[in-house]
Amino acid sequence: MLIKQISVFVENKAGRLAEITETIAKAGVDIRALSIADTTDFGILRLIVDKPHETEKVLRDSGFTVSVTSVIAVGIDDVPGGFAKPMRVLANAHIDVEYMYAFISRDTKKAYVILRVNDNATATKVLEEAGIVLLDENGFHDMMK
Amino acid sequence: MEHRIWNRESECMKRAELEKLQLERLKALIDYCDKNVKFYHDRFEKNNITAERIKQLSDIQYIPYTTKEDLRDNYPFGLFSVPKKQLVRLHASSGTTGNPTVVGYTREDLENWSEQVARLATAAGATEETVVQICFGYGMFTGALGLHYGLEKIGATVVPTSSGNTEKQLKFMRDFGTDAIVATPSYCLYLAECAREKAEEFPMESYKLKLGLLGSEGCTPEMRTQIEERWGGGFFCTDNYGMSELNGPGMSGECYKRNGLHINEDHFLCEIIDSQSGDILERGSTGELVVTNLTKRGLPMIRYRTRDITNINYEPCECGRTTARMSKIIGRSDDMLKIRGVNVFPSQIESALIGITSIGPHYQLVVRREGFSDTLEVRVELTDSSLLEIYSELEKLRRNIHDRIKNILGIEIKVSLVEPKTLERFTGKAKRVLDLRNEAK
Repeated sequence: MLIKQISVFVENKAGRLAEITETIAKAGVDIRALSIADTTDFGILRLIVDKPHETEKVLRDSGFTVSVTSVIAVGIDDVPGGFAKPMRVLANAHIDVEYMYAFISRDTKKAYVILRVNDNATATKVLEEAGIVLLDENGFHDMMK
Repeated sequence: MEHRIWNRESECMKRAELEKLQLERLKALIDYCDKNVKFYHDRFEKNNITAERIKQLSDIQYIPYTTKEDLRDNYPFGLFSVPKKQLVRLHASSGTTGNPTVVGYTREDLENWSEQVARLATAAGATEETVVQICFGYGMFTGALGLHYGLEKIGATVVPTSSGNTEKQLKFMRDFGTDAIVATPSYCLYLAECAREKAEEFPMESYKLKLGLLGSEGCTPEMRTQIEERWGGGFFCTDNYGMSELNGPGMSGECYKRNGLHINEDHFLCEIIDSQSGDILERGSTGELVVTNLTKRGLPMIRYRTRDITNINYEPCECGRTTARMSKIIGRSDDMLKIRGVNVFPSQIESALIGITSIGPHYQLVVRREGFSDTLEVRVELTDSSLLEIYSELEKLRRNIHDRIKNILGIEIKVSLVEPKTLERFTGKAKRVLDLRNEAK
């Protein structure tokens, strides 16, 4: 139960983000979620999109350094303590979270968190055993429509 | 392996004897140029120089330097010392900036040139048994024909494949049992890569390559190791040096000890100067190489400024030769940067970057003045997308590059990772330095 995430290396130059997003817009790609981590010189843009393979290809063809990885998307109830639950499950299983980003769905009233962890297989297993909802590619995209 | 010396008499001469010969030849050259080249005649007259007034080698300091601009200003034949009927060959440089520089050879010049190349090829390990493929482009460029004649002189079997057509090069190498190659370091590396790609069909053992006579562009020890490893099988590369203004390849070359390039001192008198002030530097100092071609007849060069930075070691070599050895070229005086009082050559940064696999081979140096201090930024292209997964990996890469360069230069620098294919590409000589210190803010 994993979904694909695109990472793009971005120099901190005026207009660079506009160029990247225009490039993928031309390919008819819809962005579901995103995050950017940056320093003064460069950043890494992380995207969840409806067509990961097309996105990777158009960006690579345009000369960007791009990678695709699998990340976990968990759905949690939008209530106090909702996020603490999966975090406790991962902590008990000694899984490190490299980074994460979250968003709230307007339809399902749920919150969703994209998690990049050091061990996807174990993380998926312990989260599912704890009854936490994980989204796969289809579920994620259907839910977002 | 047997290590031969081509011309023991000239290459193992006692220094006192050698200097006596150099002085004799220098005086004869001054007299010859005075009589045959108006450019030199006018200069000598103005500076009150005659052969009789040259009493010791150091008196050469009273003669002005000759530069590439002098050759260009006198294009094509203005500095030639013989009528055209005595010339048997012309070569020319590419002339990417303005007029090309044209050089001419008498029959005697070609003989001397072949002799010089024969010595360095022998020092590197070539013999009459050698089958050598010359992968330099034949034509106006001096590299191919220079090595060609020198290698024929020692009796090697010369295969003049010229440059390009990699498949054919590799086929001849296998079929002819080629055991030596003349090429630029980058082409030699490229050939090895291509051979490896086809290793299923033609295993690397089908190549007999043992010796590389690499030249015409710089080769750091790191790059040399890379080339030798790619070919494998005990492949051994040597470096040689020369330029068309001074015949071509043949001025100096490495022996099997690879501890400097032996200068053919009976033909070339070398000095090291400060490229900015023009002052002659003490023996052993690093600076710009200035060369007087003592035996050239068609186009004599007196105190020619090579713009190449090196230093010269006058200690006899373990190989038995007594000729002085120059270090591999450290950089070009035109490329030298002075940053916070430290001399910085792009080649130093290049050797620090070789072996870092996550970045591309291109780089750019940006120099700025911030307040009263100079800063150096090294820009490299990130090519390894796997590093994007974990942010700290990128920081680790940046720190690694930073530390390597800082260790070599001894000054603080800034490393920037940029997107691939964003640094400018150059088809000819690369211009890797962007000096913004004199830009208006």
